Amino acid sequence: MNAAQIVMPSLGPALPELILAVGVLVLILYGSFRGERSAEAVNVGALVLLVLALFVVMSQSGAKITTLNGSFIVDGFSKVMKVLILLGSAAAILLSRDYFQRERIDRFEFPLLILLCTIGMLVMASANDLIAMYLGLELQSLAAYVIAAFHRDNLRSTEAGLKYFVLGALSSGMLLYGSSLVYGFTGTVSFPGIVAALSDGNAGFGIVLGIVFVAAGVAFKMSAVPFHMWTPDVYEGSPTPVTAFFASAPKMAAVAMTVRIFIGAFPDVTAIWQQIIVFIAIASMALGSFAAIGQRSIKRLMAYSSIGNIGYALVGLAAGSQAGISGVVIYMIIYLAMTLGAFAVILSLRRGGQMFETLDDLSGLSRTHPVLAFCLAAMMFSLAGIPPLAGFFGKYFVFRAAIEANLVALAIIGVVTSVVGAFYYLRLVKVMYFDEPLAPYDPMPPGLRIVLGLSTVVVVLFVLLPAPLRGAADAAAKSLF
Amino acid sequence: MSAAAAFFYLFAGMTVASGFMVISSRNPVASVLFLILAFVNAAGLFVLLGAEFLAMILVVVYVGAVAVLFLFVVMMLDVDFAQLRQGFQQYLPIGALIGAILLIEILLVVGSWTIDPGLVQAPLGPLASAESVTNTQALGRVLYTDYVFYFQLAGLVLLVAMIGAIVLTLRDRPGVKRQNIATQNARTQGMAVETRKVPSRQGVEV
Repeated sequence: MNAAQIVMPSLGPALPELILAVGVLVLILYGSFRGERSAEAVNVGALVLLVLALFVVMSQSGAKITTLNGSFIVDGFSKVMKVLILLGSAAAILLSRDYFQRERIDRFEFPLLILLCTIGMLVMASANDLIAMYLGLELQSLAAYVIAAFHRDNLRSTEAGLKYFVLGALSSGMLLYGSSLVYGFTGTVSFPGIVAALSDGNAGFGIVLGIVFVAAGVAFKMSAVPFHMWTPDVYEGSPTPVTAFFASAPKMAAVAMTVRIFIGAFPDVTAIWQQIIVFIAIASMALGSFAAIGQRSIKRLMAYSSIGNIGYALVGLAAGSQAGISGVVIYMIIYLAMTLGAFAVILSLRRGGQMFETLDDLSGLSRTHPVLAFCLAAMMFSLAGIPPLAGFFGKYFVFRAAIEANLVALAIIGVVTSVVGAFYYLRLVKVMYFDEPLAPYDPMPPGLRIVLGLSTVVVVLFVLLPAPLRGAADAAAKSLF
Repeated sequence: MSAAAAFFYLFAGMTVASGFMVISSRNPVASVLFLILAFVNAAGLFVLLGAEFLAMILVVVYVGAVAVLFLFVVMMLDVDFAQLRQGFQQYLPIGALIGAILLIEILLVVGSWTIDPGLVQAPLGPLASAESVTNTQALGRVLYTDYVFYFQLAGLVLLVAMIGAIVLTLRDRPGVKRQNIATQNARTQGMAVETRKVPSRQGVEV
């Protein structure tokens, strides 16, 4: 083999990842030479990089292109999921700024770790083989373990980081074991190769075992029941902006990866994984609704809420159809807006340097902070799935897809659990509007205002202008089939 | 007996002997040193097989990193190895039984092991024959072309590990005295020495 035979792979499709990777290296150098004073500049730099990557992703055509020896794919689905991931990461940086300054843990490494995590998430959304998927996942997870423990002098934060790390390593092991079985029984790691090897539709026992282990690994990353145990503790212990990040962008990436692997690599053996996904979806929806009822901490409540929401999104995946995936994408768009909006409100519950994180601290918020209370009420009504807010449509599309795919029982269970879940979402609204007011909180920092304003606009106005988001979701789903 | 065979018996014998010394030596530091000897001899065996890349990796990774890490742990942690070894006689029968079962299983697996002749005939991938390129070169050719994406991603994972370790453990401690050579060199005689007249029977105030 001589030099002329080596063909330079086309790097254009991976441009957003390259921008972030090179930018991270530059910012690391800048940060380590300037020291802790550079936190402000590195934050701004990280935001600029994320926005730049966002523009590059949006400017991509959405046509299906594979590059880097077939291990990296760009299509309509990856485009939409990458936009969501980048928005979630940018929001996390906006939400974190003021909190970290007040807690005196304002260090320049945080935006760097968010950026590295984002690269991993983008790779997860674009992975076209098992190795790239695993490396992207590991890059994302490793950065997430570190930022969970970022408040290193806080016992709960370090505990959250350690728990997340130990359980995350276990789940990565399961995913790898499943991947190795799939590789062993199909003879290839690339998703198109696996599709070709399984195209006759009958898979052996080894493939079934491999799919089960892969499903367990991805269920952990999505925090779906029965692999959700870490979620409430990690969400409660981590610094609140980090919790907001965990509940937003990594969920997008985990769902993107799950869809990519089940629809992209195992489309002809749907019968095997459909029952796993149906079980995970039912268990997540039920646990998300019932376990949240007794929670007093808002962060734990949001953790159970995120478990339940992943269950609803998986209903669309269980349908396994184009309409189902389109529903998943719409659900994730709306979930991102609702979660970020809710966390922006939680982060603004601060009075004289102390954070308030229980349900009772919201008491009478409508009289002290009417706008804040209105926004949070909109998020909660939307999470409960009450029309005409966006959350209703998210649930509507996944349930309709499930009914079209003859999963009527699944859809009915979903509706029942969402009624149960409505109890605790509406209780929050009741506490805000009908209980005795407390002393007013400090004014909201500008970063929180931007995030809250944008999410409220999406949640409230989706009903008037659903076409762009639905069009994007349909295009994304179409590119997978 | 050819030279290669002589070296094989030398390396193999040393590996087994030092492996035995690892578990039988009383001093844990000596155990780790024997472990290093075993690694180096195993690397020698790889060289004899023509797998010089694996041999170098074994030395770099296992001797350079893993064994040194063991050494650190053994020396830093106060582990009472004599106490750990107390139950040795008691657990010997069951240990020997498990060892024997494992040995039989390995013999059964290796005994019935066949390699697909097609695989031996045509190696997968664009690797040239072993005569024209060394295996380090052959690995490098695929690692930096076909698998460059994985390679770079793995590099980013390691970067995260490094940043994470620094973020979670590095603290700047106030009040630690550090040597500053520039300040030291900038000192003049006037700054370092002060001449005072000492009045008799009164002394000076320091």
